[in-house]
Amino acid sequence: MYVMRRWATRNARLLEAIYLVLAKAFHAFDPLWGWVGFHRLETSFAALEAWCKGALFDCNMCGRCVLSVTGMTCPMNCPKGIRNGPCGGVRANGHCEVRPDMPCVWVEAWSGATRMRHGMRIQELQEPCDFSTQGTSAWLRLSAENLARRAAGAQGVPAERQGMAAE
Amino acid sequence: MNVPNHGAGSSYPVLDGHSSGGRLERVLRSGRFTITAELNPPDSADPQETYRRALVLSKVCDAINATDASGANCHMSSLGICALLIQAGYSPVLQISCRDRNRIAIQGDVLGAAAMGVHNILCLTGDSVESGDHPEAKPVFDLDSISLLRTIRRMRDERQFLSGRKITVPPRVFLGAAANPFAPPHDWRPLRLAKKIEAGAQFVQTQYCYDIPLLEQYMARVRDLGLDKKCFILVGVGPLASARAARWIRANVPGVHIPDAVIARLAGASDQKQEGKKLCIELIQQIRGIPGVAGVHVMAYRQEELVSEIILSSGVLKHRDRNGKTRREAKEGALT
Repeated sequence: MYVMRRWATRNARLLEAIYLVLAKAFHAFDPLWGWVGFHRLETSFAALEAWCKGALFDCNMCGRCVLSVTGMTCPMNCPKGIRNGPCGGVRANGHCEVRPDMPCVWVEAWSGATRMRHGMRIQELQEPCDFSTQGTSAWLRLSAENLARRAAGAQGVPAERQGMAAE
Repeated sequence: MNVPNHGAGSSYPVLDGHSSGGRLERVLRSGRFTITAELNPPDSADPQETYRRALVLSKVCDAINATDASGANCHMSSLGICALLIQAGYSPVLQISCRDRNRIAIQGDVLGAAAMGVHNILCLTGDSVESGDHPEAKPVFDLDSISLLRTIRRMRDERQFLSGRKITVPPRVFLGAAANPFAPPHDWRPLRLAKKIEAGAQFVQTQYCYDIPLLEQYMARVRDLGLDKKCFILVGVGPLASARAARWIRANVPGVHIPDAVIARLAGASDQKQEGKKLCIELIQQIRGIPGVAGVHVMAYRQEELVSEIILSSGVLKHRDRNGKTRREAKEGALT
């Protein structure tokens, strides 16, 4: 069980490198996504995101992806949904207190983080989950935020706080 | 920032450099070895049951923790217990778990508690509903311990709700968190404490300690990181009633680590309850010797009557150290 998820954690460094390249490529097209309209792209992009991140990470589509700072492990798989884990209930064998057959999501996250180049970003404090974004595309949200920041910067207005540090 | 000197609901002024007007913060900041204890909440609407349990603890405690349905079992609420304890003049620690309430309810409770005179809040994620007596309940977990710490710190220091809406008089509370040095991943636990401190934790109360070498290892790393200077660390202790009870706790209570040697020692004793008490006293004495430890947090589940005896026999209150001197030495020094 949890084969793909565990594979992703063991290969966190490789996935991090792939992610950094893909994210850069995707966000290079931010103006294009904005021009087409985020609301028009939402359904198809969310489906694509759910499919590929679901297969690799058992992604829960919280809409505020933090995979790259949590050791390539989706924290929403924690039965308590802890964004800043692990809790104190981790079993001696490193498994979850709630689901004894599942390795603790945050023990896995730590092992992934220790393999990654920017793994110590796991120490960053995560804001409470925004439940209004559940099921939506985190990629497009970041694109929209990038565009808004750029627009604000062009007007000489200091960029407003854009919620939590996503991806 | 223009902050009134008195916290809302406080009978004491908030001293310079303090966050609250409470006793716990004052005792900790004075450098004394501090004792806190957990009150087992009653399954009753009778206030006398709470008072009876508080009375036996109050002899030796600087603050009493009011648990928030710990183990996901339903009891009198932590806010209710705090209200009773404050009326009676005790200094409670309000435990808030994220399991049963969302950010709207919790922030409201924080204001209500502070207005009532609660000076200390312990922020917990909480045990999952599956481990309690209502496994069919809906778990909330809108926040986690760290985002809860940050939320309350923001309410206190920035006078804002999470939404950004203004708070006219902020809750002047001393913020705490839990820590478990005894659960994996062990190498990350000190860094996790750093994260909690960054989020706002000013004191931590740890899970039960039955493994001194593991605690020493943890504390060495904590000191290397300088965390003992930023946060008061109270180590959790508690008497084990028998070897059987110890085995049950190890198997059924999440996050409690009891080494085989401890269980063997209890099993080999003629009076296991007495041995459990003796073991607890020894642990407290050993914990006191570890640099960076600010005190102990006693959790004597269904054995509250033992707490005073354990603390008094351990001798930790005989000479509350101040700048490395006993009270008597300090007094004699002042006289000469």
